[in-house]
Formats: sequence, structure tokens, C-alpha cells
Amino acid sequence: MYGWIWRHLPGPLVMRIVEVLILVAAVSALLLFVIFPWAAPHLPIDNVTVPGGNQ
Amino acid sequence: MGRHAAEHQPGAVAVRDGTGRDVLGLLLRGTGQILVTLGVVVLLFAVYEVWVTNIFAEQKQAKVHRVLEQQWKQGTDLLSLPPEQLQTHAGDGIANLYIPRLGPDYSYSIVEGSTVPTDAELTKGPAHYARTQLPGEAGNFALAGHRVGKGEPFLNLDKLKPGDPVIVETASTWFVYCVLGVPDATPCDPTVAGGSLRAADPNGVTGQEVVQPTKSSVVWPVPDVEGPTDPLTTSYLTMTTCTPKFSATQRLIVHAVLDPAYPQGIAKQRSSSGYSAATPPEIAKLYTLVEGKNAPKRTAA
Repeated sequence: MYGWIWRHLPGPLVMRIVEVLILVAAVSALLLFVIFPWAAPHLPIDNVTVPGGNQ
Repeated sequence: MGRHAAEHQPGAVAVRDGTGRDVLGLLLRGTGQILVTLGVVVLLFAVYEVWVTNIFAEQKQAKVHRVLEQQWKQGTDLLSLPPEQLQTHAGDGIANLYIPRLGPDYSYSIVEGSTVPTDAELTKGPAHYARTQLPGEAGNFALAGHRVGKGEPFLNLDKLKPGDPVIVETASTWFVYCVLGVPDATPCDPTVAGGSLRAADPNGVTGQEVVQPTKSSVVWPVPDVEGPTDPLTTSYLTMTTCTPKFSATQRLIVHAVLDPAYPQGIAKQRSSSGYSAATPPEIAKLYTLVEGKNAPKRTAA
């Protein structure tokens, strides 16, 4: 997978390294700002409430 | 390069063998890469949970705090609205929370929440269970807050000791609550001997409990006490968060009771320009009591 990507990146070595960094940053941003914020509320990890009605 | 060389090898048998190894190798390599990638994604998620969410939450909390201070300066107090109107302000700041035990800088603006505070409200700050009482009222002023990440206001809720003051500042009044567990009718004083978070007050309420997530009775007007509670006489404050850290299997609950030394709270000084934002000496004394430290550093408006 990564080999395939590396072989298909255009340009000389320096350009490819820059492209790789951009790709990593883009994927991280997608995860941090889109996918994780969407997924986190669906995971049972930070529920802090109890059912809150009065009796 | 290696593959190109293999393809050009003469002889059908050699090519077939090479292809078989190639496919197997490709599969193994692909699986390995996917597993490593998933591992990195999970690590990144951990970073997101404990760090990135805090950055977003702090921005939201700062905005809530700014708006609240502004409202108070203009003489607006959401807590004076009738209940049905207050409910339309879910997510807006209603009061400030100070806990000396958690440091002189510990200060959060409490937002009005839903019946069960939602994630959007909790990301802004500790949120008030809408159907529980308001600060200073007889009954139970109940708050929920995040433990790890998302501003983590209640990260160290387990550090509270019996008699520790929990201070709620509204537009007009400072209310002092004391974590339960010191002998009844003792004003906030964590230095009183013989205190225990497991000791019950006359209503059977303890300073701390760890309960199942479904136990709604902890936010009842008299925590965990069913039956006729009218007229309510005792003013409680209850804080709920998840426990253990990074988990949601149980809830950590801390109960406090209004300091008998200030049954009406400490009224803010009032002048023609509105209520004073200064910290009263009684509050400053509580900080000294807990850590020998000075009053909360409140940013001058």
C-alpha cells in the first residue's frame, strides 16, 4: 500500500518527501477534525452523566 | 525493481513460483501495513481525546465565561428567569465554580444543561442538570463534568476531602458548599479531625460515592432519598463524572452541603454600577484554609 503510493508520487526524492508529509498532515487533519469528533460521542468512553430527571 | 526482474525471468515454472511468492508477500505486507496503520490511528485518537479536545473545549469555555461576565455587568442574570425560560438557555453560562482544593486557578463557568446534559453542553463546561435546583436553593444543585479531555473540569474530583469548600458564584451571591463527611453543622473545614467521605449526614448522604451509570437518584433533591421531600430544607450540591479515568463503566459522585455558616450565601456588595466583582474576605479565607494560599486569581474585568 505504502510502496504503491511511494512509487506513484511524482517528482524527485525531495519533492516526494514533501508530498508524503503533506499527505500525512492531510490524513491527520481529517482524522482529528472530522472523523474523531464524529466518532467520539458514539464511543462509550466519556459519558459523565446519570439520568437526570427529578424523582 | 525486484518484481520487474522476476517478470523477465525466462522459464514458465520460475515465473509461476515467483508470482505465488509475490502474491503471498503482498498479502502479508498489506496486512502488516494495515495493522500498523490502525495502531497509529488509535494512538492519534488517544492524543485527540486527552489533548486536542481540551484545546477546543477551552476556547468554548472562555467564550462562555466572557459572555457571562458581560451579562453580569449589564445586570442580566439568567438564574432569575422563570424555569421554562432558563431551559431555553441550555449551553449558556449561569454561574462560576471554584474549588480551592484543585488550585487557586481552578475556575470554570457552569453552563445550563439539559435534563441530562448533552455532549455539546459538557464541552463548554460543567453543566447543570436542568431539572435540579439552582445555586443556594433547598434541594440539589447538580452538575455533570468531563473527567479526561473536553476541558476536563472534574479530572481531579476524587481529590476532594471532607469539609472541602466548593464555591459557586452567581450574579449577586457567593454560595459556599462543603463536601460532606465532617460532623454535621460544621462549616467548611477540611482540617476537622475524623472526617470521612463515607460518613453519612442526617439524610444518609455521603461525601463521595461510586455508582452505576443508571443511578439517577444521586441528583434527587435529597440525594438517594426517595419519598416526600417537600418541604426541602437542605441545600445540596452534587457533581457527577465518569470513573475510572478513561472509562465510562461507573460514575464518581461528590455531594456537598451549603455551608451552615452562610445559609443565605455571601451577598455581593452592590453599588450604582452593579454588583462588585471582588472576592469577599470570607471566600479568600477558605482558600487559606485549604492550602494556605491566597484568593483565586480572578482576571479583573
